[in-house]
Order: sequence, then structure tokens, then C-alpha cells
Amino acid sequence: MPYGPHTTADRERMLAALGISSVDELFDDIPVELRASGLDLPEPEPELQLSARLQALAGRNRTDLVSFLGAGVYRHWSPPAVDQLLVRGEWYTAYTPYQPEVSQGTLQSIYEYQSLLAELTGLPVVSASHYDGAAATAEAALMACRQTRRDRVLVSRAVHPHYRDTVRTYLGPRLELDELPLVADGERAGTTDLDALERLLADPDHPIAGVVLAQPNFLGLLEDMPRVAELAHAAGALFVAVVEPVSLAVLAPPGAYGADIAAGEGQPLGIPPQYGGPYLGILAATEPLVRQIPGRLVGMTTDLDGRRAFVMTLRAREQDIRRDKAASNICTNQALLALAASIYLAAIGPHGLRDVAALGAARARELEEALAAAGVPRLHPGPYLNEFAVRVPSARAVHRRLIERGILAGLVLADALPDQPGVDDGLLVCATEVTTGDDIDRFAAALADELRAEPGGRKAGHLATGTR
Amino acid sequence: MGVVGPRLQPTLDERSRPGRGGGKIPHAPAGALDRIPAAALRDTPPALPELNEPDVVRHYVNLSQLNFAVDTGFYPLGSCTMKFNPKLNEWAARLPGFAQLHPYAPDEVAQGTLQLLFELEQWLAEISGMRAVTLQPAAGAQGELTGILMIRAYHRARGDVERDEVLVPDSSHGTNPATASMAGFRTITIPSAADGGVDVAAFEAALGPRTAAVMITNPSTLGLFESRIGLLLDEVHAAGALAYMDGANLNAILGRFKPGEAGFDVMHFNVHKTFSTPHGGGGPGAGPVGVGERLLPYLPSPRVLREAEGSYRLERPGERPTSIGRLRSFVGNTGVLVRAYAYLRAHGGSGLREVSDDAVLAANYLKHRVAEAYDIPYDRPCKHEFVASATGLKKSTGVRTLDVAKRLIDKGFHPPTIYFPLIVDEGMLIEPTETESVETLDAFADALVEIAAEAESDSELVTTAPHTAPVRRLDEATAARQPNLRWRPMTGRQMPCPD
Amino acid sequence: MVPPDLRYTKDHEWVRLDGDEATIGITAYAADQLGDIVFVELPDAGRTVEQFAAFGVVESVKAVSDLFAPVSGEVLEANGSLSAQPELVNEEPFGAGWMIRLRVSDPSQLDDLLDAAAYDALVAAG
Repeated sequence: MPYGPHTTADRERMLAALGISSVDELFDDIPVELRASGLDLPEPEPELQLSARLQALAGRNRTDLVSFLGAGVYRHWSPPAVDQLLVRGEWYTAYTPYQPEVSQGTLQSIYEYQSLLAELTGLPVVSASHYDGAAATAEAALMACRQTRRDRVLVSRAVHPHYRDTVRTYLGPRLELDELPLVADGERAGTTDLDALERLLADPDHPIAGVVLAQPNFLGLLEDMPRVAELAHAAGALFVAVVEPVSLAVLAPPGAYGADIAAGEGQPLGIPPQYGGPYLGILAATEPLVRQIPGRLVGMTTDLDGRRAFVMTLRAREQDIRRDKAASNICTNQALLALAASIYLAAIGPHGLRDVAALGAARARELEEALAAAGVPRLHPGPYLNEFAVRVPSARAVHRRLIERGILAGLVLADALPDQPGVDDGLLVCATEVTTGDDIDRFAAALADELRAEPGGRKAGHLATGTR
Repeated sequence: MGVVGPRLQPTLDERSRPGRGGGKIPHAPAGALDRIPAAALRDTPPALPELNEPDVVRHYVNLSQLNFAVDTGFYPLGSCTMKFNPKLNEWAARLPGFAQLHPYAPDEVAQGTLQLLFELEQWLAEISGMRAVTLQPAAGAQGELTGILMIRAYHRARGDVERDEVLVPDSSHGTNPATASMAGFRTITIPSAADGGVDVAAFEAALGPRTAAVMITNPSTLGLFESRIGLLLDEVHAAGALAYMDGANLNAILGRFKPGEAGFDVMHFNVHKTFSTPHGGGGPGAGPVGVGERLLPYLPSPRVLREAEGSYRLERPGERPTSIGRLRSFVGNTGVLVRAYAYLRAHGGSGLREVSDDAVLAANYLKHRVAEAYDIPYDRPCKHEFVASATGLKKSTGVRTLDVAKRLIDKGFHPPTIYFPLIVDEGMLIEPTETESVETLDAFADALVEIAAEAESDSELVTTAPHTAPVRRLDEATAARQPNLRWRPMTGRQMPCPD
Repeated sequence: MVPPDLRYTKDHEWVRLDGDEATIGITAYAADQLGDIVFVELPDAGRTVEQFAAFGVVESVKAVSDLFAPVSGEVLEANGSLSAQPELVNEEPFGAGWMIRLRVSDPSQLDDLLDAAAYDALVAAG
């Protein structure tokens, strides 16, 4: 066994102390008829070969593409300090800080995460326990149901499709989910239909527990969040805002526009995309919801000598104490990723974070102009931050061919939103601070080429691809 | 013998000085946000701390030194399997090909990771004796929810809608009953028998037409193999219910017992326990779930599929309408699963069996040593962990399990899990794992024996422990009565850019 | 010795009857067993509670326990002081740490409860 310490003599010493001759005797309590067949697995592989194998597997993934793909997971530059601090074994080989006297590092780091996210979201109570944006959003929906004692949640169709699916799964057995349609055309196309929201909130037979919208929404567009908060509250519902944390450096925080709960994906804060996780579910809420928020909370206190110290608190809400009456079964505290987010924020600072958000917006605008010049217009007219949808004839085929040219042209909307009208020709593209002018030029030029080749495509030949 | 650094740290906010830091990100051009309506913008910048990088590095290095961790010492936290986390696995997860792959990347550019996930699913199915595995759940508790929701879907698909109860032994993890509630079921708690197993008479009395599922941890949280499991599983199925196995204690039975072969319908794996992915201060984990034939149609989507020509792909939205849907975004905690994959490759089938053999041998040896000074409530061969109790010590000296645990800190060890399972008086759940040497096991046993002697000779030394940790015992009552969960109220203070 | 003028449940609640109004709390023994109490969840006025059914929850640092109603009735008032000062339950369990006041629907239910001597015997038996 590669990491085991025991020599033959060690094992013999332990067996002798126990008065047995073989370790098999310790498994006599497994009934004979239930003992396992053999393990049909590969042979053990020494680290030398294993490392080569892993490198080869990683090499089969293509991460060399010039990427305009976001859709909930964003490429950002992370200061090397973040990962160099994360690889300290004191962080990643510790567990949940059940013994606070020897866990002050983890405890203080979680307290600091709670504080940092409270500043970003404008909401005072933050839990670091959540798996990802989707699961955090689902927990937020359940919180709204518990708090209002109502059983129906409205989720905008401009919330990430995976989050909607996850909310549906979590609500599944006992609670109802209705989707809010999107405005089909005009200035507000692609944003949530607030008239429909108003109608659904007014239905006296179906009182609404919570309203869930994203800012920016899945299509990259900005929603009228203050208006949604007013409508939700007038109907006695809670308002759940799904947020992207880097954007909160420049966009109004949920606490300012009246959201009761913020949920979102913490990945943009120094966490690599790594094909789906592990990520960090952001979950923040107003003070009155402190007992409804699931997961670990860390509080400041003192020790017997009066020294300041940190400890997990409000523990009796949790599954290990409250068992079947707990608000959630969550046991994880996503400490290592909360730590990554905190180090990222500390290293990059408030002005750096603002620059990350604003640079992304600036690059996205350059991207919009270059794509328009290549004959690829936006799908919706409304304001966006750093992500937007464009209309490309035969989007799926063009997207595939661009991969051969080394370009990952965002997301094919028809694949991600198969039942959403009006996005058939859509590609969802984003830019961040790591997007370069060269990347944008390559993308625009390649698209223009493809459109020339595409039967029925736009005559893009007369359009300059833009020189900047 | 101090085991953590001596220095408490100021908070990031206290370290902050206006104007410090910067130099990492170029300034955005003026007007970058011009097209965003003013109403959607923030009035004041978030009041985040301003630090230079040396301060940030010292802050986190010093904080890290306040932690006890597997990499610093013996961490026999029962039920948590704090085994060594191989460094190769950390390196592998950070390979750019794995780490930088976007989860919406088309299948054709993600073949390496898809192959890895597909192979990992096959191996976990083999280890558990299950028909298929989903890697989607983000943690064990989410795996439990996945399993119970699949069981619910199974009964409903058969028109069997009256089943609204889940049976859970009283020794179970709290996540089991909490999961049953989340999925809309009522929990029926089954008492334990005197030998630590399920009380069969109570079990039979509770089992019936309303039982949807039975959740069993095997070996149990007492570290004991449920020898009557064959009988229990037969009865579960005869009653029309399904059997869920909490795989938290899989480290004891690799290659010895396959839950799927024995008749369990579904189980979750805790890869941070059995397969050495780091505990991370509480997370992230991953909670793959294996299912037998009955639950196959209900697995969460998307699954990882292998095409006839050998390439891999993800299931498309809506491709398998019987699925219970999604539990989270994207395919799973791939970064964690890369580490589990490396662990399984490094060990192979023979290595895994050795893992369990050594884990069980170490636990029994340590139990034998701890019995010198503590009660062993269930004195028969244990699996990978065992329960000791300070009941006798408390009677003779007034020293409780909590005190013993705190005194272990002074002696350089992380305390075991205490007061769990809830059914043991003054319980300590001790799990050494297979990666601790016999010298370490002896040193830990010696420390426990010493503490029992100290309790007799100088009980105050024990009841006021720890003495060498960065802080002493904490005022948890005030922390809960007047929660202070962040460093100050929202201020939104103005911070002009320094340059 | 517990106050002799009260009635008790096996689950360690007490009740004091005054006309058709009952005041309900938990005993000193219960508060002691739970340890430092940090939160009490009580029903709103106007709700009805059933004898021996759970009407609320009390939490200490590391334990949680349901509160069971000694008698049926309509809630007149919950002790508002406990939200800011849950420690009152530890400090004055039979006084300022009371939990709810009820309008009792059936005073004869008190006959189902323990008197002080019987409760003391229950606690002594462990």
C-alpha cells in the first residue's frame, strides 16, 4: 500500500497484542454468504507511472482554446499568492473546526469570509457551507418557504438553467415551482417579464413564498431588481437575488435594493473552473433570517482568559443536533473554497476587484463592437455587464467549426436552454480581464470567415473586422 | 508540547490601511461602465480591506499555524477517516488541463476528464457491488438526498405513494434523519440492541407498508459490523421498501463486503474519508452515489456516457426523462474526483484491501491499548473505529470526556469525536486510519492512559485543559446568545482610489 | 425540592394554574441538563396547543429539546424577554424564565400531571 507505514513486524506486533494470527479473524463478523467477491480493479500504479498517466489525461482536455465562454463560470486571473497559501497542509488537511482551541485559523478565516461577503452583498448574515451557486439558490428557496410558511416559489427563466433544475429537485417532494417568462421583444427583451410576475403574485389562491431573479441574468442582461423587491414584498414574499460576486464590486448589492437573500456562485473569486467544481455557494441573508440560514456559522467570542477567539455558533440549528428537525442536511462547510475567496479578495483589494469588474465590462464592449462589425449583432438590446448573447446563423455548426480554429465561441444557447423561445441562433459570449484585444480580433475574424462560408450566412465580406 | 503556533492574529479589517495594496490589475478605461444605468450601479464601493501582499501572506501563514491538521499530527476523529492526503493528488488536480477546463466545454474538448470520470464510476461500482454510479453529488449529505429522492421516485413510478416513512437507527449520523425530512419523509428512529446492532424486534415492528426506505450505516457509527444485515435486508425488501447504505464507514470493508452484492439498493461514498481527498477544513467533498438495478432509471442527470466508438459524452438536457434531475450545477466536484481517481489508481484492488485490513487492525490494536484506562462499551472486534467511554473515570474523578479531549490537545493530539454516537454515555469515537504508524498509536494510547492518571492525581489539570493551545476554552453561550458574525455593521464607507 | 404549588410533566415542564390561566416553563433540573440556554422558540399568541404535544423548542449550545404542553389551551402570551435574554431560563426557571401563558381549555387535565413530590422522585430516580 503506497501511503501505509506498517512493516510486517508492525503488523505481527499488533496481531500478537490482540492474540490472533491473522487480520482475517477481525472480519469474522461478516457473514460468510455476504463476503465480497474479489475487487476487479487495475493493478496498483507507482507514482512515477501514475503521474505520467494523469498528465496524459489532463493533456487530452483542450484548455488552449481562446475562450469566450462564461455562463456561470468565469475565467479570471488569480494572484499566485492564493494558491500558494491554499496548499499549506494546515488548511486543507484539517477538518470542520469542532475543537476551536486548535482550529482558530480555520475559524477566523471563515469569520473573515462572512465579513467580506457581507460587505459585497450588503447582507449581514453569511454562511460558508454551500456547495455551489445552484445548491445555494435551492437552499435560499427553501428558506423563503420556511420563513413565509408558504409553498410556492417563482423562479425567472433568466436564472441559470442548472440552478432552476436544482431548485426544482430540492423543492420537489413538497413544494411548487413556477417559472417566470422572459420579455420576448423590445427594449427589455431577454429580461424577466415583470407584468407576469405581478400577475402571479396577485393570485390569492397561490401565495408566493419567494421570487428568484439573477443579476446579471443568465443572458448577461441587467434586471430591474429594486422593482422586483417592491413587488415581492408587497405580496408578502421574500426576494432571492442570484448574484455573481465580482460584479458586486460595481453593481448595486442585494442588500441595497431590498433582497432578503443573496445566493450565487463564488467561483469567480479565485477558484479555477475545473470542469464543474468544487465551487463555493454564496448564501447571505438579512438579520431576521439568521435562524433560517442553513449551514455552519462562525461567531466571535472570548476564551476563559478573555482573549478574542472564534467558534462555530448557533450550532443547535444543524443536522448533527437537530436531526430530522434540522433546516437542512448540510454538513459540509466549504471552508477551503471560502478561504480561496477570502485570500483572493484580500490580495486583489477593493480597487483591484472594481478594476476586474470594469475591465471585463470594457472588454465585453470591445467584443460587442468587433462582433457587430463582423456581422454578428446582439440578440437583446438591454444593458449588460460583461456577457451578452449574439445572433449567429447556424450557431451550433459555427461554434463547432470555431473550435477547429482554436476558439471557444461561448455557449450555444439552444443547447443550454432547449425550451426557451427566441434563442435558436444565439451564442452567449463573455469577456473578462483576461480577454485580450488579440483574442477579440481572432474571434471576430474567424466568425466573419465562417459566415462567408455558411450557406445563407450574412454577406460579411464587406465588413471590416475592426483594427484596434 | 505546543502543537500550534502561539500567535493570535488581527483580522484582515484591522490590518487594512487606506491606500495599501494594488498593482495587480490595470485600471479600467474611463467610461467602462457608462452604458450601465445608474440605478443598477453601487453607490459606494464595498468596504473591503486594503492590504499589500506581504501582509496578506503573513496573515494567512500565521493563521494556518493556529490549526491542527493531518499534516501536523495524529487526528483520530472518529467517523471522519482523517487519513493522509497524498501530495501527488494535489499536484494532479492543479494540472492546467484539469483545473482550467470550463464545465460547459463541449464534450470533444473534455475527453480526458470525461474518461477519468467514466473510469472512476466503473471502479466505484465495482467496489460497492452496485450497478452504476453518479458522481454529481457535491458531498455525502447531498448523496444521501440524491439516494432518498431516487427511492421516492421509484415508489411513485410504481404507484406506491403511501410510503412516507424512513427508518433510521438511533446511532446514525444526523444527516440521515435530516435528509429524510428534506425529501418529505417522516423519520422513524430505531433503537440499538445491547450488542450495538439494530434492535431487530423494534425494526420489524416499525417496518411496514408505509416504509419507503431504511438507512443503515454499516459498519455502524459504533464501528461495529451489522452481522444481521442479511436478515434486515431481506425484511426490508419483503416489506416493499428499499435499503440505503450510508457509506461513511466504507474504509473498514474495502474488498471484504460489497453493499450492492449484499442487497443494498443505493449507497453514497464519502471520497474525503475513504479515498483520501482532503477534508479542507470542512469541505469541499464529493458524494458519489451507487445504485442497483431498481434505481438505475432515476440517477441524476447528466450521466457520463461512453459511445460505441470509444469517445465520451455527457447526457443532454432531457435525454432521460425518468431522472430525478439535478442536485447542483454541472457534472460534479471534478477537482475532488481527480484526487480520488489518483488514489484508486495508486492502490489498485490489492492496495484497497490492504487499506481496510490495516485500518481495522490499527483500530483493534488501539482499542486494546485504550482499554487499559477507559471503558469499552461494546467489547468485540471493531472495524475501523471504536467507542471508548469515560463513564468510569467521571464517576471516580469527575473528569468528563470533554476534559479528556481537551487535555489530549496539550499532549499533541487532536481529540477524537466526542459525544457521538449520541447513544453512548461520555463517548469517544476513535478512528486511527491505516496511515498512522504503530509508534503513533502507542503514543496516543500512552497519552490517554496518562490523562486518566492525571484525572486521579490532579483533576483540575485536566478539567482546565487545554493549557498550551493558542486559546483556552471558549464562551460558547455568549457567542450563541449575541451572535457576532462579521467584523462590523454594513458601512459602505467611501474609499477613493489611491492612485 | 421543586415549588410545591406547581404541577409537572415527565418531560420536565411545570405549570401554574391561576383561574383558567396557566403559566408554563421548564424545571431547574431540565435547564441544568440542557446547559447554557441560548434560544427559545415559542408560539404566537392565539395559537392553540394540545396537552403533551410540542409547542416550542429550547436550544442550548449543543443540544435542542422540544417543549411539551402540560395542558391544552390557547396561547395568551409568550415570554418576550427570552428572545433577548434566554439565560433567564437558566437563572430563574420557575420565575422570569417562564415560557408561555395559556387559557386552559380543560382544567381537569392537571390531574394527569405529577405533583411536586412525584416529580422530585422522578428526578431522583434519574
